[in-house]
Amino acid sequence: MHLTAEETFMISSQAPPATAMAMRILTETARLMGADRLVEITNAHIDGCVYFADSGVFFAEKLRDLGAQVSVPATLNVGALDLLRPDLVRASRHALDMSRRLMTAYLDMGCTASWTCAPYQAGYRPGLDEQIAWAESNAIVFANSVLGARTNRYGDYFDICAAITGRAPYTGLHIKENRYATVLIDLSGLPAPLLGEEAFYPVLGAWLGKTVGAAVAAFNGMPIDVSEDCLKALAAASASTGAVALFHVIGVTPEAADQAEAFGGLPPVEIIRPSLQDMRTARDQLSTAVGDKIDCVALGSPHFSIDECRQLAALCKGRTFCRPVYVCTRHDVYSALGDDREAIEAAGATFVVGTCVVVAPILKQSSGVLMTNSGKFAHYSPSTVGHEVVYGSLLDCVRSAVTGKVDRDEELWH
Amino acid sequence: MTITGHPLIEGEAEGTLLLLTAPICFWGGLDPLTGTISDPRHPQCGTHISDRIVAIPAIVGSSSSSQYLLEAMHHRKAPRAILLGEEDIIIATAVIVGREMDYPSFPIVHCAFDGLHDGARLRISVDGRIQILNTP
Repeated sequence: MHLTAEETFMISSQAPPATAMAMRILTETARLMGADRLVEITNAHIDGCVYFADSGVFFAEKLRDLGAQVSVPATLNVGALDLLRPDLVRASRHALDMSRRLMTAYLDMGCTASWTCAPYQAGYRPGLDEQIAWAESNAIVFANSVLGARTNRYGDYFDICAAITGRAPYTGLHIKENRYATVLIDLSGLPAPLLGEEAFYPVLGAWLGKTVGAAVAAFNGMPIDVSEDCLKALAAASASTGAVALFHVIGVTPEAADQAEAFGGLPPVEIIRPSLQDMRTARDQLSTAVGDKIDCVALGSPHFSIDECRQLAALCKGRTFCRPVYVCTRHDVYSALGDDREAIEAAGATFVVGTCVVVAPILKQSSGVLMTNSGKFAHYSPSTVGHEVVYGSLLDCVRSAVTGKVDRDEELWH
Repeated sequence: MTITGHPLIEGEAEGTLLLLTAPICFWGGLDPLTGTISDPRHPQCGTHISDRIVAIPAIVGSSSSSQYLLEAMHHRKAPRAILLGEEDIIIATAVIVGREMDYPSFPIVHCAFDGLHDGARLRISVDGRIQILNTP
């Protein structure tokens, strides 16, 4: 692998020890990926700041104590604490201490206190062709697909090494030729009204991840006015059930003005035409609960945008929830909501800020039934918080939280 | 019989194969304190992966799979080796980080699974060759 003179210095014994450690991890990773050089990045998103395990704290503190500082702007993913309402997280004293130590270590290294899994909606939007190194599976897919920035599917710990060195392996999705679609997803077999429903996109994402794995797909036939929040939900679900890092939407996303651009002028290797039955099956697979009782509702994975919060606020007017409703969002959204925040809280919902209910112990029970409009929450709740799941639209979730029983509009799926 | 794989993390190992029948995400999928598969949606939920050579068709989902594998290494509950049906850097990086933390390393080899059977005895060499010593 070719390293520049500067990079060769960074890995040498003369380099600051934290830089050398980060560079060793980076170049080892680049070697195993088969890269023949590194590429300079402009931005990193760090997922290693959410506390799941003590070893991650020891690693971050080791880098910090060696004097590490990020060399490019680096946003932080959710933490495992709600800094506004610390009592919301029901973790052990040990876990609370470790969460705080971990968050502090990353701040000490110069990362930005963004505390969100949707940094791309918090003002940190990389542009077309921009070389970045992001972790957090949903954010990776969004940055690649919706913004046209270039990152591989990086994991926790690699992320901070990329931020310290300002480099990534020049391979995979950092190179334009590897970003062309190979699989064409033709949506013409689905009813047009379904494609106008927000509840469709997490389901399409869950189906995509299971169907294509890590391949680059391009959708044909999606409405050209599909919202950013729908694409966000699609990205998050596809990165939960599969290893999706990039998809294109022909006529919508920046590298897919038409089919020829999306596929680099080549014909698709595979064409898939999902049926309504495929979508119903994918929707049913998101749910695991038996019966119609629910114990709580969780919204906001990825973190709810201001638009999603406003939509929720409108639905909250005149309603009172009889089950806990958790709305996970970013600090800046929470601060900017004003009257809408009051409307949501007046109905009985609780805001969870800078973290979320599947990364921190916030739910009141250790088991039960959780209802959500998020494909990502639906996929992970059984394994991370021991809750069975019911998937539904935002309106379904709101109505069900009022009665405590599943109240879904099945018409959408017929 | 020998399978030729591509070593992502070089190393030697010998052990009994656990062949996973579905992709896995280690966040929510691996209990790092016990080395047990913990995702109720995974067909092999409840199976121990520590002290086995684990063949995984694909790593899917979260970037935090690195955290769970590093923690399993920290508690000496990591597998003896991982065979990957599809290349993945999220978990390979965890082993590279583990070396920096002085946790015991283990090989990760990208290979085809043809000819691999659950319960087989395997020997893995530094160059990524996988020798099948016997099949149950």
